[in-house]
Amino acid sequence: MAGRFARVLSGNRRVGILSLIGAGSLTVGFFLNREQNVNAGANVRRIYPASAEYPDLRKHNNCMASHLTPALYSKLCDKATPNGYTLDEAIQTGVDNPGHPFIKTVGMVAGDEESYEVFADLYNPVIKERHNGYDPCTMKHPTDLDASKIKGGLFDENYVLSSRVRTGRSIRGLSLPPACTRAERREVERVVIDALGGLKEDLAGKYYSLSQMTEQEQQQLIDDHFLFDKPVSPLLTCAGMARDWPDARGIWHNNEKTFLVWVNEEDHTRVISMEKGGNMKRVFERFCRGLQEVERLIQEKGWEFMWNEHLGYILTCPSNLGTGLRAGVHVSLPHLSKDPRFSKILDNLRLQKRGTGGVDTAAVGSTFDISNLDRLGQSEVQLVQTVIDGVNYLVECEKKLEKGQDIKIPDPISQFK
Amino acid sequence: MTKNCHNDYKMKFPLDEEYPDLSLHNNHMSKVLTKDIYTKLRGKSTPSGFTLDDCIQTGVDNPGHPFIMTVGCVAGDEESYEVFKELFDPVISDRHGGYKPTDKHLTDLNWENLKGGDDLDPNYVLSSRVRTGRSIKGFTLPPHNSRGERRAVEKLSIEALNSLAGEFKGKYYPLKDMTDKEQEQLIADHFLFDKPVSPLLLAAGMARDWPDARGIWHNDNKTFLVWVNEEDHLRVISMQKGGNMKEVFKRFCTGLQMIEEVFKKHNHGFMWNEHLGFILTCPSNLGTGLRGGVHVKLPKLSTHPKFEEILTRLRLQKRGTGGVDTASVGGVFDISNADRLGSSEVQQVQLVVDGVKLMVEMEKKLEKNESIDGMIPAQK
Repeated sequence: MAGRFARVLSGNRRVGILSLIGAGSLTVGFFLNREQNVNAGANVRRIYPASAEYPDLRKHNNCMASHLTPALYSKLCDKATPNGYTLDEAIQTGVDNPGHPFIKTVGMVAGDEESYEVFADLYNPVIKERHNGYDPCTMKHPTDLDASKIKGGLFDENYVLSSRVRTGRSIRGLSLPPACTRAERREVERVVIDALGGLKEDLAGKYYSLSQMTEQEQQQLIDDHFLFDKPVSPLLTCAGMARDWPDARGIWHNNEKTFLVWVNEEDHTRVISMEKGGNMKRVFERFCRGLQEVERLIQEKGWEFMWNEHLGYILTCPSNLGTGLRAGVHVSLPHLSKDPRFSKILDNLRLQKRGTGGVDTAAVGSTFDISNLDRLGQSEVQLVQTVIDGVNYLVECEKKLEKGQDIKIPDPISQFK
Repeated sequence: MTKNCHNDYKMKFPLDEEYPDLSLHNNHMSKVLTKDIYTKLRGKSTPSGFTLDDCIQTGVDNPGHPFIMTVGCVAGDEESYEVFKELFDPVISDRHGGYKPTDKHLTDLNWENLKGGDDLDPNYVLSSRVRTGRSIKGFTLPPHNSRGERRAVEKLSIEALNSLAGEFKGKYYPLKDMTDKEQEQLIADHFLFDKPVSPLLLAAGMARDWPDARGIWHNDNKTFLVWVNEEDHLRVISMQKGGNMKEVFKRFCTGLQMIEEVFKKHNHGFMWNEHLGFILTCPSNLGTGLRGGVHVKLPKLSTHPKFEEILTRLRLQKRGTGGVDTASVGGVFDISNADRLGSSEVQQVQLVVDGVKLMVEMEKKLEKNESIDGMIPAQK
């Protein structure tokens, strides 16, 4: 049935209403309360002053540690979101994982949509730093999933081995993986499976629950490189994202194995469109079509994705706000990758390289994972276009170097269009 | 940290949706928890805000092993054992040999009550050690405590330990500010503890904020060691090379009582009650929390078909020389008491002393190719 969105406002107290609808189904609707919610202050157990609770961040190198001053901690430590998520919970992963001198992690997560509001004084500067100057207070994020606007997008398959676009989506009204209860997580699974079940034609597919898959199914998913494991990264486990594993986790993919959805891993959903070869245009077209179809299907049941005009799509990690989009290719660049100008070229094209195992892996041979650097402040169409134009440039450089010709570092492209 | 308003929020979801899936689980919590118990307890919380879900999270996240039965739940504070007694009582009964909710636990830290124990053969018994844990009343436990609380426990502990004199005079090394040299020395002495890696502990939230307010204290003689804020508020260890368990136990009891005096002066004595003895984070350590043991060479006896049975009858357990879940190296075993709750410190150490003495005699007999059949003990 259609969802009920209702607002109960009384003074400074909590906002929200829960309505139980139908047999076994729960619809939760919330409106974001623009006021800071000092929710049930008496419930936040404070025997010690903020100064005694302030974390020791002297050896830390992450965005949270860079911005959480004792004064800011003091201001926010007694607050909680309507569901009861606190600052200490949001920053726990950053306190537990001091970081690396070379790799600056974010150091905090969101437990629900309201986190970004209640703790805005900390999230905003973190977001600004992580997203290269995007200011959530003053700027608006454009969303554009119209794949027809893409120009080009058919790469030279002598160089580009595979193409992939991924993003995440959160179901509004249900808490995020760091904070969700088992009931909420199972509800996310139900809502998403229900919608995916409505996909047709080239998008029609099947769901494989992690706790119920057969050994044969598991082996097939491993062979297809689709299966995800319980997180081992302390960045994720310290944020509570692996609780109750593997309850309500699963993988859905279409029969053609070109459209894949992870349920309840790091986000409510991770949506991936991929195929071998260099047809990024088709990958993105399927991506947009699939996402919009899923959105339509959940809206039919009264649900929607978490989104707002400043932060775009709301996801667990602030690094994935905006589009949450990573569009990339596996591309062979034996000459270019040895050229000392390689990193600078990537920087100017606003691209990043990873190994072929994904984040924090090394390249094998000279095949690299090349993808967009930015997530927030540009639309999906803009970012994919950036990748297309950039990868074309890289391939041109590779060809030039093959022939002994010289290459040029391109002018830096502007970040916010 | 609080779960109060979050737990209120959670109560709006129906029981069946929140009840964990324990179908593949093998731990004490999963064997005991029912929907009825969950219904009864899910809405409660201790005064500090610890809930049933908090207690059982580690057991939900770690289904267990077919052969090794873990506990699967922890306490977040002293009150957990009372507020969630419908869960903890049967878990305690299963883990501690049928211990009933009405049973009383005897505490006896009078080392003079130990008979013998000063003459274990050092050709076989390489080292002797007694450890226990203590929780400081008025503070919540490692799964739940905030940074402020953990630091307060550390501060009190340092004060208590620095007040010790004589053979107990020593120094505190905070994990956070240790020099490289100090760290190397502590590793060489086998004193240094690391951030927990066991998912049993991590899932219970015990490694939060590491290494803040964690540290190691030891006396100058390196025979009395205290871990601060690892798995419990305090882990107290008395140890030395050779087989003089009596001396080890004497130092253990004396040191513990001295420390307790200082805490009591600050109105923060140790958590204890007459039913559960000393209150610790894991239900497996209730009672005495004591593990008294030796590293002993038993190459022949350990391969004898009756070895396991002998251990069981003596109420002892074996571990490898690396501690829990490790294998023995070169026929050297860690032999210690199996019981924690329902018998006193003196009684448990007595079992170790008598049992190890017997096993060394068996080993000597087997060396001479003589039979040990006549020596197999009755069930203690």
